[in-house]
Amino acid sequence: MKFFRKNRGAAQSRFPMLITLLTLIFLYTPLVMVVIASFNASKYGGSWVGFSLIWYDKLFHHDVIWNALLNTLIIAFFSTFFSTVLGTLAALYLYRTKSKFKSIYSTLIYTPLIVPDILMGISLLMLFVLVISVCGGWVSSLLGINMHLGFTTIIIAHITFCLSYVTMVVLARLQEFDHSLIEAAQDLGASSLYIFFKVTLPIIMPGIIAGALFAFTLSIDDFVITFFVKGAGDTTLPIYIQSAMRRGTPAVINALSVIFLVLTFVFVFGTQKLLSRKKS
Amino acid sequence: MKLRNCGNFFLGLPAFVWLLIFYALPAIVVFFIAFKPVDSNGGIGDGWTLRAIQELKDPSYPAIMWRTFWQGIVSTFVCIAVSIPICYQLARIPSVKVKNFFLLLIVVPFWTNFLIRIYAWKVFLHPDGALKHLLVWMGVIPQSTMLLYNQWAVLAVMIYTYIPFAVLPIYSVSEKFDFSLLDAAKDLGASSFYAFRKVFLPGISKGVLTAVMVVLIPAFGAYLIPDLVGGKDSHLVGDMIARRVFVDRNLPHASALSAVLMIAVFLPLVAFIWFRKIFGSKSSDDPRLQLKQQDTKQRLGSSLLFTPENGISQTQQKGEEANE
Repeated sequence: MKFFRKNRGAAQSRFPMLITLLTLIFLYTPLVMVVIASFNASKYGGSWVGFSLIWYDKLFHHDVIWNALLNTLIIAFFSTFFSTVLGTLAALYLYRTKSKFKSIYSTLIYTPLIVPDILMGISLLMLFVLVISVCGGWVSSLLGINMHLGFTTIIIAHITFCLSYVTMVVLARLQEFDHSLIEAAQDLGASSLYIFFKVTLPIIMPGIIAGALFAFTLSIDDFVITFFVKGAGDTTLPIYIQSAMRRGTPAVINALSVIFLVLTFVFVFGTQKLLSRKKS
Repeated sequence: MKLRNCGNFFLGLPAFVWLLIFYALPAIVVFFIAFKPVDSNGGIGDGWTLRAIQELKDPSYPAIMWRTFWQGIVSTFVCIAVSIPICYQLARIPSVKVKNFFLLLIVVPFWTNFLIRIYAWKVFLHPDGALKHLLVWMGVIPQSTMLLYNQWAVLAVMIYTYIPFAVLPIYSVSEKFDFSLLDAAKDLGASSFYAFRKVFLPGISKGVLTAVMVVLIPAFGAYLIPDLVGGKDSHLVGDMIARRVFVDRNLPHASALSAVLMIAVFLPLVAFIWFRKIFGSKSSDDPRLQLKQQDTKQRLGSSLLFTPENGISQTQQKGEEANE
């Protein structure tokens, strides 16, 4: 292998490469099995019965799944929009501020990144249940609005966990751009507002878009938090997948998984190509 | 200047208020609800009670908490142990194309939907699946053994799902690591493995610390994995909380359990933030930090001169060479 001969000096241990290859095999074997199973004509997996696209066909005509997908996209759209706005503002604040408050602010913004989903889900559920039980009655009689768990609570929850990711991405972009451009504009007499809209914003726009994309992906993929704060009848695509998975391994989900995998590959390769083109 | 600070304040306000209401406040509400009684509809009753806290003395809980703890520790350990050689290898690949290709291969599972990856294991370990048939045919296990729905399946899937999370932070520090330090160490007479231990590992320690956090804390809160591939004897705290909410409809009890988990998660989190403060800032563009890195290289170099692997003659030789 070419890249081994290029390494100079004493004999390079093969051990790291071995671990890398074994891990890649470990990571991909289950995925490959799902891909194979999706083309298996048999309903119960296991023995190979014959090649068939029947599960893809069933998937295509599956109304419940299409409905779930629509819900997922609606929720993702609203969550992405609001979390991107809030997250970008937070990133701008963190970039510009020199106050001692910064570390408290950072802690609040960044801890949601590693807190387990279930804690976030259950705490939001408790908040909503409490608010609904305390305020539900008089809100309903005064304003005629029936407060309940539903799309609103899901969107609120999604905004909450996406926000931090957007801030992280946008702040990274802010930190790597050349501040001297701003100073030059200031020297030329431009006002702060003008500088922001004509200099800062266009430069960090790729970061904002990346953050929005990240938020979108997180929102469409989320299961746990959505599961805790949704109303009784609400379904999103992950919710549907999980309920199907609890009943075993229904064949249609194999086909759905393959679609997900293909889209993920395209997404990752696509962003990689985009990033490398931007750099050159 | 003052106007600017005012302006900044308003920039940061919306996100801060949002998170205060929907992230910090709910955490407090959880502790609060742990002291309330259950009402007949599965909601929260009026008044206060210590019932939910007392129910935490459930005899099955110590086993569950212990299992959550050791599975979290083991998953973290395995993920880190595997990620370090991988990142070492990846960072050393000279060809950018090959490096990116491998990196992509590792990242795609990271981006793939969590549920789909767990599903892939349900297929993989399926009682009627290829792996089962293979193991039975090889005589490793009898036909009756279930590969799924036990704590080993849970552990395996946890490691599987968390490996990409561990690789990414370790890779990002490995990428920035100056590998000429290792060559310098070997020139000074250290063995490959010694150099790896004493130079590479400390060099990537910040990434390793981040990786530990990013695996350990979600592992302690694992819910989906034990729920989908675990069985009756492999519950973890996460899926117990979910059962209390959705099956038993006992919100105060679920809150009490969650409060315990929050405390268990809070401690490593605080330790992590404290460690980060001690080991300095994140930004590597800071010129002062770059100077510090130069310093470190010199210090590492000189500390290697006194390794037991060295003969004193080699030290003298290096010294002479440096003076030329």
